[in-house]
Amino acid sequence: MANPGGGAICNGNLHKHEKQSDGSPSGNCVKNGIVKEAQQNGRPHFYKPIVESFEEAPLHVMVFTYLGYGLGTLFGYLRDFLRSCGLEKCNAAIEREEQKDFVPLYQNFENFYTRNLYMRIRDNWNRPICSAPGSQFDVMERVSDDYNWTFRFTGRIIKDVINMGSYNFLGLAASYDESMRTVKDVLEDYGLGVASTRHEMGTLDKHEELENLVAKFLNVEAAMVFGMGFATNSMNIPALVGKGCLILSDELNHASLVLGARLSGATIRIFKHNNMQSLEKLLRDAVIYGQPRIRRAWKKILILVEGIYSMEGSIVDLPQIVALKKKYKAYLYIDEAHSIGSVGPTGRGVVEFFGLDPRDVDVLMGTFTKSFGAAGGYIAGRKDLVDYLRVHSHSAVYATSMSPPVAEQIIRSMKFIMGLDGTTQGLQRVRQLAKNTRYFRQRLNEMGFIIYGNEESPVIPLLLYMPAKVAAFARHLLNRKIGVVVVGFPATPLAEARARFCVSAAHTREMLDTVPSLSTKLDIKNNLPMIIYSNNSSPIG
Amino acid sequence: MATVAEQWVLVEMVQALYEAPAYHLILEGILILWIIRLLFSKTYKLQERSDLTVKEKEELIEEWQPEPLVPPISKDHPALNYNIVSGPPSHKIVVNGKQCVNFASFNFLGLLDNPRVKAAALASLKKYGVGTCGPRGFYGTFDVHLDLEDRLAKFMKTEEAIIYSYGFATIASAIPAYSKRGDIVFVDRAACFAIQKGLQASRSDIKLFKHNDMADLERLLKEQEMEDQKNPRKARVTRRFIVVEGLYMNTGTLCPLPELVKLKYKYKARIFLEESLSFGVLGEHGRGVTEHFGISIDDIDLISANMENSLASIGGFCCGRSFVIDHQRLSGQGYCFSASLPPLLAAAAIEALNIMEENPGIFLVLKEKCERIHKALQGISGLKVVGESLSPAFHLQLTDSTGSREKDVKLLQEIVNHCMDRSIALTQARYLEKEEKCLPPPRRRTGESRAHNQGGGPGCAALGRVLGPGGQPPRSTHTGLCVTAL
Repeated sequence: MANPGGGAICNGNLHKHEKQSDGSPSGNCVKNGIVKEAQQNGRPHFYKPIVESFEEAPLHVMVFTYLGYGLGTLFGYLRDFLRSCGLEKCNAAIEREEQKDFVPLYQNFENFYTRNLYMRIRDNWNRPICSAPGSQFDVMERVSDDYNWTFRFTGRIIKDVINMGSYNFLGLAASYDESMRTVKDVLEDYGLGVASTRHEMGTLDKHEELENLVAKFLNVEAAMVFGMGFATNSMNIPALVGKGCLILSDELNHASLVLGARLSGATIRIFKHNNMQSLEKLLRDAVIYGQPRIRRAWKKILILVEGIYSMEGSIVDLPQIVALKKKYKAYLYIDEAHSIGSVGPTGRGVVEFFGLDPRDVDVLMGTFTKSFGAAGGYIAGRKDLVDYLRVHSHSAVYATSMSPPVAEQIIRSMKFIMGLDGTTQGLQRVRQLAKNTRYFRQRLNEMGFIIYGNEESPVIPLLLYMPAKVAAFARHLLNRKIGVVVVGFPATPLAEARARFCVSAAHTREMLDTVPSLSTKLDIKNNLPMIIYSNNSSPIG
Repeated sequence: MATVAEQWVLVEMVQALYEAPAYHLILEGILILWIIRLLFSKTYKLQERSDLTVKEKEELIEEWQPEPLVPPISKDHPALNYNIVSGPPSHKIVVNGKQCVNFASFNFLGLLDNPRVKAAALASLKKYGVGTCGPRGFYGTFDVHLDLEDRLAKFMKTEEAIIYSYGFATIASAIPAYSKRGDIVFVDRAACFAIQKGLQASRSDIKLFKHNDMADLERLLKEQEMEDQKNPRKARVTRRFIVVEGLYMNTGTLCPLPELVKLKYKYKARIFLEESLSFGVLGEHGRGVTEHFGISIDDIDLISANMENSLASIGGFCCGRSFVIDHQRLSGQGYCFSASLPPLLAAAAIEALNIMEENPGIFLVLKEKCERIHKALQGISGLKVVGESLSPAFHLQLTDSTGSREKDVKLLQEIVNHCMDRSIALTQARYLEKEEKCLPPPRRRTGESRAHNQGGGPGCAALGRVLGPGGQPPRSTHTGLCVTAL
């Protein structure tokens, strides 16, 4: 359950969802997202109630979950003991003989969890695939002869596995077809690399074309693109804030935001996930009391949030945050990695989803990895912001610019979504995704699974809780030709291991029907209480 | 076993309680009550000390004016009036509509528009499309990635390699994966920005030594050794790292690797080597500085390089022993939390490796070209070539600084523009002056800029003409050059 890839890490204490439920007895958090301030100043916002659910697990489930971890730990100690006695073969890589007297590169106990718990179920991550990550993909079958320490490929390919794991929201990551002709042309014209930075000799005409298109797509003044989504956050936040500034960061923000905030040298305070009371308290205190000790006022306050949280499936409460930010004159940085292209009537992300004005958000950041089926990230907003980043962004000065065929893939996808290719297919995909999301969430709800998040978020976590179930669930579904992502500690709180589905516009109804039905068959066949059923008989929303 | 001992202690404690004198017990009782009082008394809160009224608070909120999110930027900043390149930035380059010989890109082996590389990438595009839509852990591992890691490990003759999807993120993620708070990193002053960011993220103690000065490094190591002897308990858990570059991006100089390896074993510090400029350049087979100096690659704990220069793709890799490298698969942030490398870029890197393995002569050609250009640029009045003659990227520096960095930069820009007018594309090395921490002292840096000289014989001759004494203008120039083999 060590999470080897992607997803949020907590930058705060383990969060407790019940705190967000506003004391509603069912444990469901149904918030109403109308903003008072917004109504008062006479600008009626697009009305959208936020329906999010974070149901608590029954007590016995929690007990068994901790018991599971306890047992795993106990056996871990036993096996470590056996290893140290030489009774069990140790498969882990070891230090060179010549460097045995060096200070250990990492402490043995640091790896206890990896060695003894993660290793047991390691086969559920890093599964190699050998096709495009479309609605179905081909998984390379691998087996382990030494309990997951090493893997051996059997040479067999598991064909047409339903892909519920990739962030291919609009189905634009697919193998080559005629619509990708321009990508091929650019590849043949430009080659792959750029071999220089944006400041030196690495600004291609393709980059400029892409930046203009992104600005147009988001309806903002200007945009700048970067070669890697992770680095877009970690290398640009330090350019915006520094010492004497305050960053207010959601506790479930992605690692890249956390890293960027740390590198900036600004003071960081964490607010509870999507909790407006917590944010407002921090904002108030910050403005009233200023910096600790020296009492000087903060230079600026930057709020860091994400559009859709990749491990919770929740959508940021943007109208309230915008109201708070205006009230306290803070700046807002929103990471739309998962929401751009996937929510909003025409795929413009959370800003459009809530019917807000893009100018209400100071820094719009997003990635091209997910909806656009490419790679890289962007920052968009006012022209002075983007100009400043052109000069000061670490990425623009020191990192190689984006590969031209990748840039072309983004251009192509974006034009497709905007309908600039002369068809309405792009728009249909966005609508199909919304339809698929609602349908799939409804199916899961009907079957009584505990799922988290906003009813319109295409990222859908299904709670599994117990560590053993994580493995059983993922293996069982792969045997039934469904590829699913499972995550556990440390990407989630210890007792909240989960599976995550990512719905795509490319999924057909049959595919979406297959997944929940197979998930329920699981417990009957194995005679195990596989899935925790929700206490709520009536689906939420 | 521990619990048995603890129980025994408990029994002893109870016994001691019986035997203790009364005044002792009373005193302890009072102390316990005191502690309880302290625990439950109202905690002193710094923030509430001021006892502001609601109205005052509202006023404070009303009055506070933050600084603007970004300060204004002058419209004529060079970064806002950037050069736009149309078409591939290969040997010939079209900058702002004008065709030039390219001495500005790091395309050392000229593989950027190699037809074989393109064909391999195209085949990958047909099969996989462009994006991977997920990190390595979540179905973002493609067979191509595994192939590339395998090939890189074989090429470098190491046990394992790991690839990142961005060159900058490679060393910047690798360092904090091992070096944590409390660990000590000895780093060269001239280390590149990616290393600086990695060090900052690691929050370790950083000790800077003078550029390529082994005596200075040894002095620091000795100091640390003395420190360790004072506190051996802490020393047992304090990891020590030496972080150096093979060929320094900022100076074009070579690191004295043999001496570093000696120091490594003498003071038990691990070496991390960043080889973005030297990989695919130095050594008979392009394996970098280790091959250049004939040092066993096992003596270096971790080698990191990007695939954006010689391999002319995108991304980076780390290689070394599995014991070291495998740790990054769970703790390299740029590896775990980022989408994986688009397969077509990985396929291009594999094909570039094929070409490197098939034509080892390519490295010799590159070396000769570097030396030729290096020689041709000697003796230009007012200009000094900084860096090794075998470095494919080197710097031209003003011999006499005008005294202000701004003026120097302007002068250099004139020179760059002058070359551009004569169809030679050079560039000034750009730095974020405020952010750079570990660079050589400002005095020396003042005149420094880098242009990369790239291109073959005719390019070299032309460059010599423009910059050389025969060419009219630049009395004092400094630019950096990149040389290509093809």
